[in-house]
Amino acid sequence: MRTDSEARVPIAKTDLLPIRSGEDVVRVRQQVRARAIEIGLGLVDQTKIITAASELARNTLDYGGGGEVRIDLVEEGGRKGVRLTFEDQGPGIPDIAQALTDHYTTGGGLGLGLGGAKRLSNEFHIESTLGVGTRITIARWKSR
Amino acid sequence: MDRIPILKLGGALIVTIQVDMHDRLMLALEEDLTAKIASTGARGVLIEISALEIVDSFIGRMLDNIAAISRVLDAETVVVGMRPAVAITLIELGLNLTGIKTALNVERGMAMIQARLDEDDADGLGSTRAHRED
Repeated sequence: MRTDSEARVPIAKTDLLPIRSGEDVVRVRQQVRARAIEIGLGLVDQTKIITAASELARNTLDYGGGGEVRIDLVEEGGRKGVRLTFEDQGPGIPDIAQALTDHYTTGGGLGLGLGGAKRLSNEFHIESTLGVGTRITIARWKSR
Repeated sequence: MDRIPILKLGGALIVTIQVDMHDRLMLALEEDLTAKIASTGARGVLIEISALEIVDSFIGRMLDNIAAISRVLDAETVVVGMRPAVAITLIELGLNLTGIKTALNVERGMAMIQARLDEDDADGLGSTRAHRED
C-alpha cells in the first residue's frame, strides 16, 4: 500500500529490516547510516536521520510490539534522499497530536521520540489506527 | 555478553565507549559502573563518547541515570568527546542533558575530576577514602 506522494518518487534501492529486539534497532541505525553515506548526506544530516531512525525504531519496538522498517533511497528531480517507513501492527496511537508533544510518554521514556524524530526530518507523516497499527514515514533530503 | 571495560586511574573511573550501544550493553554499563564506584570509592567517572555516532533519547537517558546514580554515591560523572554533529542533533531532538557535566575532551574532563580530588585532599577527605580502601 502506497500513498500518492510515495508513488510519484522513483525508488532507487530498498531494504526491509525487522525490528524485534534492541540489536535490531542497532542494525537499523547501521543500515540507515550506510544509505545516508551512499547518497552523500553531510555529517550533521546523517546524524539527524540516524538519530530519528533510532527513536522511531525504538518506538516500534516498545509501543508497537515490534514491526519493520523500509529504507528507500529516493530520487526526485535530481535530488536524492533517504526515506524510512516504520510499520507495526500494535495497538495504535489514540491521540497523535498528544503523542507528538514533547515529554508526553506512556512507556516511561523521555517522550521525545515522535516529536524529536519529526524535528530531525525534512518530511514526517504518521498514520495510526487503533487496534490495527501505526505507520510513520520520514525523509531527509540532500541539501543542494 | 559483551561488556564495556571500566579502567581505574587514581580516584577516577574511566570508560570509553567504542561500540554502537545497544540497550543491554548500556544497562550492563550502568550496573557495572555503580558496583565499581562502590567498591573503589572513586570520586569521578569519565565517560568518553567520541566514537558514538549518535546519542538518542535512550542513550541520553542512560547517561543521565549514570550521572544521577554516581552523584548519590558521591562521585561526579563527566561525559567527554561528544562529536559536534551529535551535539547539534541532541539539542534539536530536545535532549539538553542538564544533569550531566560535559567537557570537550579527556584532558579537560580529567582536570575537572582532578580538581574535585584535590579539594578532597585539602579537606583531608582524600586520605579517609584511601584509608577505607585498605
